[in-house]
Amino acid sequence: MQEQLAQLKAEVLEKIAASETLKQLNDVRVAYLGKKGPITDLLKGMGKLPQEERPKMGALVNETRAQVQQVLDARKEQLEAAALDAQLASETIDVTLPGRTVKVGNHHPLTRIIEEIEDLFIGMGYEVVEGPEVEKDYYNFEALNLPKGHPARDMQDTFYISEEILMRTHTSPVQARTMEKAEGKPIKIICPGKVFRRDNDDATHSHQFNQIEGLVVGEDIAMSDLKGTLDIFAKKMFGDEREIRLRPSYFPFTEPSVEMDISCFKCGGEGCNVCKGTGWIEILGAGMVHPNVLEMAGYDSKKVTGFAFGMGPERIAMLKYGVDDIRHFYTNDVRFLEQFHRAED
Amino acid sequence: MLVSLKWLSQYVDIDGLEPEELAEKITRSGIEVEAVNHLSKGLKKLQVGQIKEAVPHPDSDHLNICQVDFGEEELSQIVCGAPNVEVGQKIVAVRPNGYVGGKKIKKGKLRGTVSMGMICSLQELGVDSKVVPKAYADGIYVVSDDVPVGSDAIEVLGLDDVVLELGLTPNRADALSMLGVAYEVAAILERDIKLPETAHPTTNEKASDFIKVAVEATDVNPMYTAKVVKNVKIAESPLWLQQRLMMSGIRPLNNVVDITNYILLEYGQPLHAFDYDKLATGEIVVRLAKEGEKITTLDEKERTLKASNLVITNGKDPVAVAGVMGGYDSEVTAETTTVVIESAYFDGLSVRYTSKDLGLRSEASARYEKGIDPNRVMPAAERAAQLMAELAGGDVLEGIVTVDELDKEPARVVVSPDFINNRLGMKISLNEMVTILQRLRFDVEPANGLLIIDAPTRRQDIKIEEDIVEEIARLYGYDEIPKTFPVGPVTPGRLTRNQQIRRTIRRQLQDAGLYQALTYSLTSDELAQKYALKTAPTTRLLMPMSEEHSTLRQSLLPHLIESVVYNVSRQADAATLYEIGSVFLGQTEEGLPLEEEHVALAMTGKWIDNAWQGEHKTVDFYVLKGIVESLFNTLSISERISYVAGKVDGLHPGRTADILLDGERIGFVGQLHPQEQKDLGLKDTFVAEINLAQVFAAEVESLQYVAVPRFPSISRDIALVVDRLTTASSLEEVITAAGGKLLKDVRVFDVYEGEHMEEGKKSIAFSLTYFDPERTLTDEDVTAVHGQVVAALQENGAVLR
Repeated sequence: MQEQLAQLKAEVLEKIAASETLKQLNDVRVAYLGKKGPITDLLKGMGKLPQEERPKMGALVNETRAQVQQVLDARKEQLEAAALDAQLASETIDVTLPGRTVKVGNHHPLTRIIEEIEDLFIGMGYEVVEGPEVEKDYYNFEALNLPKGHPARDMQDTFYISEEILMRTHTSPVQARTMEKAEGKPIKIICPGKVFRRDNDDATHSHQFNQIEGLVVGEDIAMSDLKGTLDIFAKKMFGDEREIRLRPSYFPFTEPSVEMDISCFKCGGEGCNVCKGTGWIEILGAGMVHPNVLEMAGYDSKKVTGFAFGMGPERIAMLKYGVDDIRHFYTNDVRFLEQFHRAED
Repeated sequence: MLVSLKWLSQYVDIDGLEPEELAEKITRSGIEVEAVNHLSKGLKKLQVGQIKEAVPHPDSDHLNICQVDFGEEELSQIVCGAPNVEVGQKIVAVRPNGYVGGKKIKKGKLRGTVSMGMICSLQELGVDSKVVPKAYADGIYVVSDDVPVGSDAIEVLGLDDVVLELGLTPNRADALSMLGVAYEVAAILERDIKLPETAHPTTNEKASDFIKVAVEATDVNPMYTAKVVKNVKIAESPLWLQQRLMMSGIRPLNNVVDITNYILLEYGQPLHAFDYDKLATGEIVVRLAKEGEKITTLDEKERTLKASNLVITNGKDPVAVAGVMGGYDSEVTAETTTVVIESAYFDGLSVRYTSKDLGLRSEASARYEKGIDPNRVMPAAERAAQLMAELAGGDVLEGIVTVDELDKEPARVVVSPDFINNRLGMKISLNEMVTILQRLRFDVEPANGLLIIDAPTRRQDIKIEEDIVEEIARLYGYDEIPKTFPVGPVTPGRLTRNQQIRRTIRRQLQDAGLYQALTYSLTSDELAQKYALKTAPTTRLLMPMSEEHSTLRQSLLPHLIESVVYNVSRQADAATLYEIGSVFLGQTEEGLPLEEEHVALAMTGKWIDNAWQGEHKTVDFYVLKGIVESLFNTLSISERISYVAGKVDGLHPGRTADILLDGERIGFVGQLHPQEQKDLGLKDTFVAEINLAQVFAAEVESLQYVAVPRFPSISRDIALVVDRLTTASSLEEVITAAGGKLLKDVRVFDVYEGEHMEEGKKSIAFSLTYFDPERTLTDEDVTAVHGQVVAALQENGAVLR
């Protein structure tokens, strides 16, 4: 019987080793270790053995059975791993083929500039205020210290709708309206919007363009506050290395009035084609709010002062991105628009 | 304003500064120098020569072969094509290997004849053809006889000068004169100023015996002065005077007129010279014009006047439009012998309106409009008389005939140093302030801690304390102002709800594949109301630049569709654009049109294009509608939105849906009408426009968490056969009503019409999801409700499939 067992073991081990698939292996398991298999039969035949040999023989059969099972499990693991390898190999794809693209559009470059400026000033506690594109002569001019017949009205060629109604020539009427509504309270606002001038459209002129203006009104607002604010703006918008300089200028609604230049962001001040060799780029106009403007809005200009500044997103975009024709912003050529998809400048 | 530095140096010492250095100083302290023009740039080896001989070129009908004497041993042969070449003329020529206009001129041959250089016109020497004297407009320039041959022509013509181009802001009218610029430069450089002499001999005859002056409208003409100069000899002005006029952009005419223009430039005081004999009456009366009265101005144009226009008359007829332009009939000509010089003060607004009425601007009107110095009216007249005596051989009559009610007092401003320092955020000492004001030649007196300032009348822009702040700041230097931040209550900066929603919409549409477009608010009359959501009167410009941009839009779509066409006609295989902007409707109480913010979408062409996977799809109605639906979903109003078949002019009548919010129409989505597409050269194009004002106005409940379902849901499908035109939404309504609160979701999953379907019918299948948040639904529960749904559908004419 012992011999029979050894022979059986050799036979099953050979068959396990010869199994090439999980199914063959399972067949071997069922054939030899199953309820009707020869090993079970051996156990059943133990009754014929003498009493004293039975435990020894039982242990031997169980031991053999365990050994076979172990070999079988190992082979099973082997075959499973091979099967998986085969499956993975058959599933291989060309990972270099292009993916399914997700069609994504993007901001208009001017919105990109405007939102950047809005967010910068929101961070400094400003609110964003908007106003109508069609304005009263009063808010566009008169309330800004530009009475009818003022020579400075020539600085802004105007589309009139009637004697008293016009297309706003700047976003300053939003300031006038906001001050009037504030009833003497402090103000910190930024006003983006479309403006209109009686111009023929060409590479550098557009009858419609954008402006962003800022206004701060309160007690003890000084010109140094304006300079500090513009300095931060210039550094955040155009780079930490930027320097600013103020030059005297004239706007009817501010006194004193200045223009702000920044050191050229292309050449750093050495002189190049962007700054026309001067090292400086004109970015915005600003000044201290004219007392007449404050008074007309109901402020006591003896107690309350303010500063204002204004700039053109088109100009900034043209300088920043090197756009050479202002009309690009209004033709909406997708080949132009799609260039402004990047998250960072 | 063009400023010759040589001329300027007559009044103020500018030695020791390069022109660019001076320009930078002027710019940094107040007046922008837009350009520094070196007149001799591009010129080299120019000499004065005399034409000794000129014979026509044998092979040309216009060239002359000239022999020119440059004071050298031999004459030089120069071939010249100018029509005005004559023997004996002294001319300017560029010698071989010299430069003119930056171009090298070499010894060469013209039609086979050797030419040693080129005889020059003023234009070739860089003078603007608009200011070249008429005599030399079409030919070479002729130098006066007393210039020796061989002289350096650059010096002779005064081209060894530099001209600064000032970009003047309207407040700095004082710098519209050489004297004004001189005061400014003197203040910047802290140097002295030297004023011109006006003294001159006079005859025994009195001006007042020759001319009477009366002003009927002293409110707009508070001061009028007249001087009389007899026996003038009209001739060309001396070269230096012509040069200064040309450099300043004025064409020389004759000595008398040139002198008036010279004084205009020197003093900023416009003058006019009348021919005394042509005035005929010995009388000047200034009055308002009669409505419809006519005058022919110096430019030989007849002009019709309005009753508000101020005119100078000879007591009967207008002889000049006050402050704008003289009359042709009293013009100084070669025959003139007696001249009346007018120096007057006209009101700026009056001149401005008259100049606008006539569409006529002049050097004079530009100065009057911005305000002239009341204290220069008289000196300017005297200075002109002096020059007429000196340069035109005239005899100046004694005295000046005047009407004078003009206030010539300086403006007084009282300001405290603290006020100035507080405005600037600086600490400038009182003494420094006084010094700066003195440099500007302001009368300043410190008293009781205040500065009492009388600004000179040439500075009409100085009126209030803030004006003094600016004067101090600009000369002290803006670089010296420190950088600080506004101190005050902390203000939270954030976008308003509408601004946030607008940004959300932008990002969502962009993430859905659309590019943000920007188009013009102004459109043509024809397109202004196309696709408009509401019917309202349009708003039109009074004087549009073009018909194309004449009227305010009432829909964003026409321009947006134009942008689509633009892209498609440039081979784009898709155009997916949106715009957010205002439309302009009718008129509000304020008198302004109602501005409503809209969003518009336009899409055409490829949508899904995964070539190697073979997945292709072009934009269709449901692509665009899906984008609109998910937008409403993000804005959490999708459950209040419904779509009904709609009609919009220009859109496909069977493929357009009105969008309703709480039952009210807020927009539409649809396909362009096939005819429209054909006309525009577009393939299927889909558009939508939504009134955002109504979207903003929709109040939305605050975001609240809803429990994630703990119990399973059960799905049942229904397939129905219905009439072809039965809408999905009408069936959905029936299902929703019958499904009650257990019905959680209804979804169309199949629509079919065609083969195997009865004509005029379609099959539509819904998937229904039932759910109870409180418990696990049983089959019996669902069967009961579902039965009700099926029954309701059958009642409404649907047949189960």
